[in-house]
Amino acid sequence: MCKALYLMGFVLETNRFFSELHYCVILKEMEKSRVKKVKKEEVDNNSDWSWLMDKGISGPFICISLFSILVRVSVSMHPYSGAGDSPKYGDFEAQRHWMEITTNLPVNEWYHNSTSNDLAYWGLDYPPLTAYQSYVHGIFLRFFHPDSVSLYTSRGHESYTGKLLMRWTVLTSDVLIFFPAVLWFIIVYASQSKGYKSNLPWHVAMILLNPCLILIDHGHFQAYYFNFQNNAYNCISLGLTIGAVAALLCDKDLVASFFFTLALNHKQMSAYFAPAFFSYLLGKSLRCKNPVLEVVKLGIVVIGTFALIWWPYIHSKVAIFEVVSRLAPFERGIYEDYVANFWCTTSVLIKWKKLFTTQSLKLLSLTITLSSCLPSMFLQIKAPSKRGFLYGLLNSAFSFYFFSFQVHEKSILLPLLPASLLAVEEPFLFQWLTQFALFSIFPLLLRDKLLLPYIALYAIFILIHYGKPKPKPNTQKPNFFLSFLIVCLLLLSLVLHVIYLKVNPPKKYPFLFEAIIMLLCFSQFVFIAVYSNRKLWILSRTLLVEIEKKRI
Amino acid sequence: MHSLDHAHLSPCQFIPGLLQFINDVECNAAKLNPTAENLNREAMKPTKQKKPQQSKEKQTHLQNPHEPTNTIIKDLLWFSLISTFFKLLLIPAYHSTDFEVHRNWLALTHTLPLSQWYTDETSPWTLDYPPFFAYFEYLLSHFASLVDPTITDLYNGLNYKSPSVIIFQRLTVIASDSILIYSIYKLTKNLNSKKRFLIWISVISSPGLLIVDHIHFQYNGFLLGLLMASLGALQNGHDLTGGFIFAILLCFKHLFAVAGPVYFVYILRHYCRGGFLRGFSKLITMGVVVIAVFVTAYGPFACHGQIQDVLKRMFPFGRGLCHAYWAPNFWVFYILSDKLLAFVFTKLGFYIKTPTASFTGGLVGDSSPFAILPTVTPLVTFGVVLLAILPCVVKIWRNPDPKKIVRWVAYAYTCGFLFGWHVHEKASLHFLIPLAVVAVESIQDARHYFMLSIVSIYSLFPLLYEAQEYPVKVILLLLYVAIMWFGFSSTFSEKKDGGVVSGWIEKSYMVGFVVVEIWGQFLHPLILGDRFPFLPLMIISFYCALGMMYSWIWQLKSIIRSH
Repeated sequence: MCKALYLMGFVLETNRFFSELHYCVILKEMEKSRVKKVKKEEVDNNSDWSWLMDKGISGPFICISLFSILVRVSVSMHPYSGAGDSPKYGDFEAQRHWMEITTNLPVNEWYHNSTSNDLAYWGLDYPPLTAYQSYVHGIFLRFFHPDSVSLYTSRGHESYTGKLLMRWTVLTSDVLIFFPAVLWFIIVYASQSKGYKSNLPWHVAMILLNPCLILIDHGHFQAYYFNFQNNAYNCISLGLTIGAVAALLCDKDLVASFFFTLALNHKQMSAYFAPAFFSYLLGKSLRCKNPVLEVVKLGIVVIGTFALIWWPYIHSKVAIFEVVSRLAPFERGIYEDYVANFWCTTSVLIKWKKLFTTQSLKLLSLTITLSSCLPSMFLQIKAPSKRGFLYGLLNSAFSFYFFSFQVHEKSILLPLLPASLLAVEEPFLFQWLTQFALFSIFPLLLRDKLLLPYIALYAIFILIHYGKPKPKPNTQKPNFFLSFLIVCLLLLSLVLHVIYLKVNPPKKYPFLFEAIIMLLCFSQFVFIAVYSNRKLWILSRTLLVEIEKKRI
Repeated sequence: MHSLDHAHLSPCQFIPGLLQFINDVECNAAKLNPTAENLNREAMKPTKQKKPQQSKEKQTHLQNPHEPTNTIIKDLLWFSLISTFFKLLLIPAYHSTDFEVHRNWLALTHTLPLSQWYTDETSPWTLDYPPFFAYFEYLLSHFASLVDPTITDLYNGLNYKSPSVIIFQRLTVIASDSILIYSIYKLTKNLNSKKRFLIWISVISSPGLLIVDHIHFQYNGFLLGLLMASLGALQNGHDLTGGFIFAILLCFKHLFAVAGPVYFVYILRHYCRGGFLRGFSKLITMGVVVIAVFVTAYGPFACHGQIQDVLKRMFPFGRGLCHAYWAPNFWVFYILSDKLLAFVFTKLGFYIKTPTASFTGGLVGDSSPFAILPTVTPLVTFGVVLLAILPCVVKIWRNPDPKKIVRWVAYAYTCGFLFGWHVHEKASLHFLIPLAVVAVESIQDARHYFMLSIVSIYSLFPLLYEAQEYPVKVILLLLYVAIMWFGFSSTFSEKKDGGVVSGWIEKSYMVGFVVVEIWGQFLHPLILGDRFPFLPLMIISFYCALGMMYSWIWQLKSIIRSH
């Protein structure tokens, strides 16, 4: 036991040491690379991808999205979570059950506990848009395979066709929502940044081939032993968010708020991005001639969209309350398992659950989450900028990931999204975040026997990242210390992978390795979050200075 | 002129050279072999260090068609690693009985002494490949028994389906592809980067190979790799090496022997030149090399007096003209016209005896399956194939040009595919893969290859009949078509003579594939239900056979017209 504790302490200590060092050094490096990039951008015309580019944006986009669909289809051939695990099966069963409920019951009974809808058995716990989506997919399933969604009798249904059809619903929603949103974003982003053209296919590939998203949506399909808070079909809410970002980048603020409200109504987790959207839109409105009118317009769109989606429940307070109470399952405690967030990581030292009641923890987490968002919100309201907005998304997603109540491993997808949108600007940050995000869900995926796709997707990601067209020879020698540090960290994570796979943990600490993985990932996430906050600060400061100059 | 081989090469001199050659191959193969170690090295290196150097080279070589080999190897490694990891994703996909066939061969070669390899009948999947393939399985079986002893257990291993055996066998296919990668590197290193990438995509990550090798399960990738290595050697003037590798290939899979006449005449006219005496001595050298290869392969079995058994296994002529699913070749038209004639004659009032054997029911016995047209025997198909190759052979005799050898060999395989006996649809890869290398030479080649590749890949679709793989095969084809389309159109953009698909006949033929697929998948079950279950497959065969015939005629024309 002493040994284990000592080891843990040691890891903690080294981690702290590393992250501090690492922070200083990598910050400088990132800054340097950014400055260099600005100079290089014009030269960049010929690359391995160039031959795909002759027909404009469509060629690379078609090829890359077909390849990403192919990868998704192949991943979905691997085992899904909860396969053969009676009696509650897994989230695969949850999704199927929702389709069963929504296609067989009238709308106002979907969230209502009754004899025909036992909420204890995978009751709906997502906002109404998810329910509508289940309804549409349920109709699709009923058409091809009625057995799989029949009321009562289909519980625990597991068949070759049923499984395939479910997989294909995820695939089609990915292709119909996520892909077009990414295309829109890319077009908008390309029109706003110079010298970006040669990076375009690479950027598309980076967003579409994000291993975390593919593994969770198409491979994992949720495990039942976790909370209800996350789900497959992440691609829908993330796609809607990307759509909102794209709309925002081309100044269609009303469309953006419409899309974001949809995303929020598909998964309440999209609230991770809410502070960024809110502060940017507010800041922008304040700069208009008639700020009140702008805010009112946005408000009408948001409230209107909400009303539209909640229409079946809006008529009675009880119905609304029923739905809302389903969305926030506070009874499960502030953290579960080993999430690389603040509460879980510090719980190694401070037993939060014992020290505070759930009620006070709720309050505490809310306060800390909001206050950690505040700096970037403030900067965005003061000096809203589109570039800053992307960093703001990353910051607010990270604050929620670190400090909010009941966070699941898979929530790392949310900070990853803005990071992938920033991939061209911050290639290293994105790659670093993806690697450790992947590592943080590794124990989860391993339980679902997804080791093989994990390795394959990890490698494909790294290879494609490495294939980024580089414009000009970099004459400067790379920082030796920095690369040494990076290699060390990567080696450490590799060793941990192997240890986690091969070594049995000591009996007294069955979750020792999970805890170590969590610590490592947390330290890296913190570093990235601090970096991106600082980045936003630098950006806003230069903007503010410019504004000041103009005034003078 | 191209020949670098020494004039008088005695066997004694030859052997050190051969060793040197093998050594080279191994070294390079080791370099290219996408091992885990390589991957780790890739992942470990911070990306920033590598890129500048690479791009520097790229900048410089844009003016210079001959790029530094270092860059090419790096690019190739990058690309082949991506395709390798994609292949890993396909491991849990459906696999055919060929998987069990190869597993049984592992067990058989591992447990039994050499003398019983070709006589054992424990499993219905008896060994029917030439000896080198048996040795290859023998080599693999050592690793297999280390991984999981049940794999190589002749009795308990029957129909063994545990993850260990699936992963092991799939990995052997993936690893053996490194030979293909190496030979493609040799063939493409002097091309410009765009063409090179196109060839890599259409060979290393060919949807045909992915479907047949990595989903359906077979070892075509590495056999085609040997073929390409041999062709590469011939192209560079190393005739002896080329002949040597081809001999090895024949001892791996005898179906490749169709190109034998082309090889023979080419080597006779190109290698054995320079007067009677010199030519004769070269012929002797080549003969000794080839015979040495064959002795190595068949010698041990000859010692046990088993040549008869081996040959009987390798040439099972009792199997009939066509498979249950007809390969899209000439005989499809022959069978269909027989049916049509029979139908017409019956309508006209003639008495037509219905044949006892049916083509759609699988194996065909001795009785004639034809109602009106004369029966086709193996000998007839053999004759037709030789006849079809003849123009090409005459051309080679007149001017053995190393630049055209790839086309000639591909043409020979096309003939073998179209007119051969009991041809499998997978055999279309034998000419599809070599033709990929010459597809980038002109817009006409590109057009032909584009059409042929779609036909050939589409004809492989019935191999994967389960619903799970349906999106995989469709998207593989679509992706491939998209890349080839954009790739070819950007390669040949300067020339203003139409796009990759020109003319309304070709265009409507392409659209026809969509119609055929929609009919087979959706309309047929909807309209006809369970009746005529063979019809969709028959339509696919017929439709693809049209494209194959066109391709054959096109190749024949281009060979005859070339100078």
